Amino acid sequence: MKSSVITFPGSNCDRDMDVALKKFGFNNKMVWHDDNELPKSDLVVLPGGFSYGDYLRCGSMASKSKIMQSVINFAKSGGLVMGICNGFQILVETGLVPGVLLRNKYLEFICKNVFVKLDNKENTYFKNLNKDILEFHIAHNEGNYFCTKDQLKEIKDNNQIAIYYCNKEGKIEDQYNPNGSIKNIAGIFNKEKNVLGMMPHPERMIDQSLSGEDGSIFFKNLINNIK
Amino acid sequence: MKVSAIITLKKDVLDPQGKVIHQALDGMGFENISEVRQGKYFEIDVNENDPNKAKAVVEEMCKKLLANLVIENYKIIETQ
Repeated sequence: MKSSVITFPGSNCDRDMDVALKKFGFNNKMVWHDDNELPKSDLVVLPGGFSYGDYLRCGSMASKSKIMQSVINFAKSGGLVMGICNGFQILVETGLVPGVLLRNKYLEFICKNVFVKLDNKENTYFKNLNKDILEFHIAHNEGNYFCTKDQLKEIKDNNQIAIYYCNKEGKIEDQYNPNGSIKNIAGIFNKEKNVLGMMPHPERMIDQSLSGEDGSIFFKNLINNIK
Repeated sequence: MKVSAIITLKKDVLDPQGKVIHQALDGMGFENISEVRQGKYFEIDVNENDPNKAKAVVEEMCKKLLANLVIENYKIIETQ
């Protein structure tokens, strides 16, 4: 299975993602933001970081970089595109997934482990996953998901909510919402479910010494679903 | 000619920074404030003499990059 990780100026989770993808069997290539063409890929990942120093709005400058036209075409033709953290911010700026990511409600950079609950397994990312609640890591300043009332209705009607912030038992309540996201939303799909944007970092949970293994479960399952 | 664009958050969008600024102003003795909303201001020098054309270009910029229309409104002002 071939994957590509895009590196923007200011990306800093690109190498972590490369390590994670290779560990679980992907033949991964790093792709520079200024390239025109994506290599042949089964999965494209927009990694976390601070692309373009978060100038203007997080992800806004990266969403206009050269390679993104090719990524957008790939996504529109049904290709799997996953955006993590800053990658999610880039995805909302391209319009591939609805909504925006605002500054965290309490104006603090949050860096901690959280639990997320899967809402929908009818997609390549979570199909056959034997857990409904995963422990992932978050590290962001702008992860406060927001969308208009009409958009919220639409994403609910189309089952586009991928994961919610919750507690260990899977309870989705205000007190387990780290950043003020509307309805505790931590990740979201496009209508067709081939594009996934989420704030948590599965690539940081692929080794016991990295505080957890739920990322391993996610990546192992993902490559099996793509095969 | 110079054209300015003011980007403001839409009414329903939470502005935590504006709230904190409001609290700070309140603490400084500026008590007669009902709300503070923070926005962005751009000054763009367009190589164009026709004000309508220059404004149209900046409007296009607002729609495509400077503003995110899900959460923000823009206002264009001819400054020179």
